[in-house]
Amino acid sequence: MSGERKLWGLLAEFTSPARLAEACRGVRDAGYSRWDAHTPFPVHGLEAAMGLRRSPVGWFVLGLGLAGAAGGMLLQWWTATTAYPLVISGKPLFSWPAFVPVMFECGVLGGAAGAVLGFLLLARLPQPFHPLFSSERFERFSDDRFFISIEAADPRFDRAATAELLDRLGAQHVEAVETGGAAAAAA
Amino acid sequence: MAVAEIDPHTLDIDPAVTDIDPVEGRPRLVAGAPGFHGVTEAVARPVEWKPPRGWYVVLAISLAALGIFGVAIAWLFWEGVGIWGNNIPVGWGFPIVNFVFWVGIGHAGTLISAVLFLLRQRWRTSINRAAEAMTIFAVMCALVFPGIHVGRPWLAYWMLPLPNQMAMWPQFRSPLMWDVFAVSIYGTVSLLFWYLGLIPDLATLRDRAKTRIRRLAYGLFAIGWRGSHRQWMHYEKAYLLLAGLATPLVLSVHSVVSFDFATSQIPGWHTTIFPPYFVAGAIFSGVAMVVTLMVVCRVAFRLTHLITLLHFDRMAKLMLLTGTLVGYAYATEFFIAWYSGNPFERFAFINRALGPYAWSYWIMVTCNVVVPQLFWFKKLRTYIPVLFVASILINVGMWFERFVIVVTSLHRDFLPSAWGLYAPTTWDILTLIGSFGLFFTMFCLFVRFLPMVAISEVKGVLPEARVHE
Repeated sequence: MSGERKLWGLLAEFTSPARLAEACRGVRDAGYSRWDAHTPFPVHGLEAAMGLRRSPVGWFVLGLGLAGAAGGMLLQWWTATTAYPLVISGKPLFSWPAFVPVMFECGVLGGAAGAVLGFLLLARLPQPFHPLFSSERFERFSDDRFFISIEAADPRFDRAATAELLDRLGAQHVEAVETGGAAAAAA
Repeated sequence: MAVAEIDPHTLDIDPAVTDIDPVEGRPRLVAGAPGFHGVTEAVARPVEWKPPRGWYVVLAISLAALGIFGVAIAWLFWEGVGIWGNNIPVGWGFPIVNFVFWVGIGHAGTLISAVLFLLRQRWRTSINRAAEAMTIFAVMCALVFPGIHVGRPWLAYWMLPLPNQMAMWPQFRSPLMWDVFAVSIYGTVSLLFWYLGLIPDLATLRDRAKTRIRRLAYGLFAIGWRGSHRQWMHYEKAYLLLAGLATPLVLSVHSVVSFDFATSQIPGWHTTIFPPYFVAGAIFSGVAMVVTLMVVCRVAFRLTHLITLLHFDRMAKLMLLTGTLVGYAYATEFFIAWYSGNPFERFAFINRALGPYAWSYWIMVTCNVVVPQLFWFKKLRTYIPVLFVASILINVGMWFERFVIVVTSLHRDFLPSAWGLYAPTTWDILTLIGSFGLFFTMFCLFVRFLPMVAISEVKGVLPEARVHE
């Protein structure tokens, strides 16, 4: 890889979700802000241990869901009154009760799209490359290991002191993650 | 079978472990305490190892049936719908029967994934992935039929609100139009739900990949997932909301399918009980299909400790419940036919039970109402041969239910001078067989290339996953 190698941050490995949660509380209380926990499954209770706020995905669902429902009704209104007005069994052209099922389905489609798009946007995915992927040990995050990563960009980051903190919090292994200059800018 | 060479240590099962979850004090959802790594190994094995010989046999048979599907559809496009038995008075024959049958099967996936998720039925984690996949493949099979049923697929775009050279637009007061939206949106949302659930597991396969092609293929679809809790938080919220959206959706889809019948004036179709009755039947047949598939897969791919008898016990209870609901609906239809005092309605139902298609009616009642009563007994709910045979019989019965609804109602309606009989042709039957080919081909490919159990979710229900404050 070209570009100068730079320290991206530290990666600490833990063996159980309980130890990880314990350590997360420690990192949170030490005042770090640019750090994260990596787990094979969502460990419940970690939001509090990490001091995270609730996910705002719901607003995307609400917004796009309402837009979908409105769009569905609009499409049917326009089709029935303007594009192809047709009198069916003496009903008014805009016989809205008959349009409710399609409006509902379109609302669900919008809401589902909102959930997926909101998740992708907030989780910053797709992100094909990340400096953590250069760590061999990190591959086990999706199997049976639990990790804490603290970025060098964190204002409180100090290579020696942070490593010592992670050690004290019960990390089984702490390693430095490096990255090329170009990749760091992209990430 | 080729699986014999597997080292039993990869299963990580400790036979000394008790069956009680030490945290919850209830029966364990996963047998033998495999540990996090053991779950990964067990689920990744079918994807990473050579499949058992039986898989090739099933795939070959499925591909043959898929070929039959292709030939039957090609001949239909060449010759037209005259190759089918559909004719006046039974203008809706096998294509609609098959469509409703497949859409119905496609309902269990979302039920197991979404409804049971909202109800916090955590046993669903072992079977939800396969059930969702089954849903998508069943909806694919279903969507083929509206596409081909007029024999002119190049006109299928007439179903969509698209600007066209005729300046014509769809008629949104028609339930058939609602159906187009309901089923296609159901397919789309099911696919999104399934894919969202797959992302963490695709990352697991990516991280375990030994070859560059596998790493790239799984990596592409894992979209750079790194299990960060900031990601998990949004992921879980999105998953919960999708489940919340899918639940009313799944109820609406089969209701809309039933409107195709219920809003017409044909005796036997024109009843208000249709939406709940169709939804119960759909869940019934879908759960039966999940049982049929899982009974085979758990043994063939050595997942017996992840998909345990406890899961079958619960699914059998679901079949008992929905089967009995369906039986209640059959009885209510007869009661209302008598109580309404409408002579046409009365005749339609007497004709169903005693007329020329009585044999199909009694096959339906036997398979759908009598067979599930076996599941009152715990011994039978957890006895695999009974489950396998009963689940297949239930789907035979559910296919006949749609046949009874479509054919017996149409063949004798108001005027005896317009009565007639319907018989499917060879091409009708080959098309039905062919649709099973499409379904099983897709399912074979799924179990070979994607994790058939939700790895991350199963890890989450292990007792060691719980963190105490």
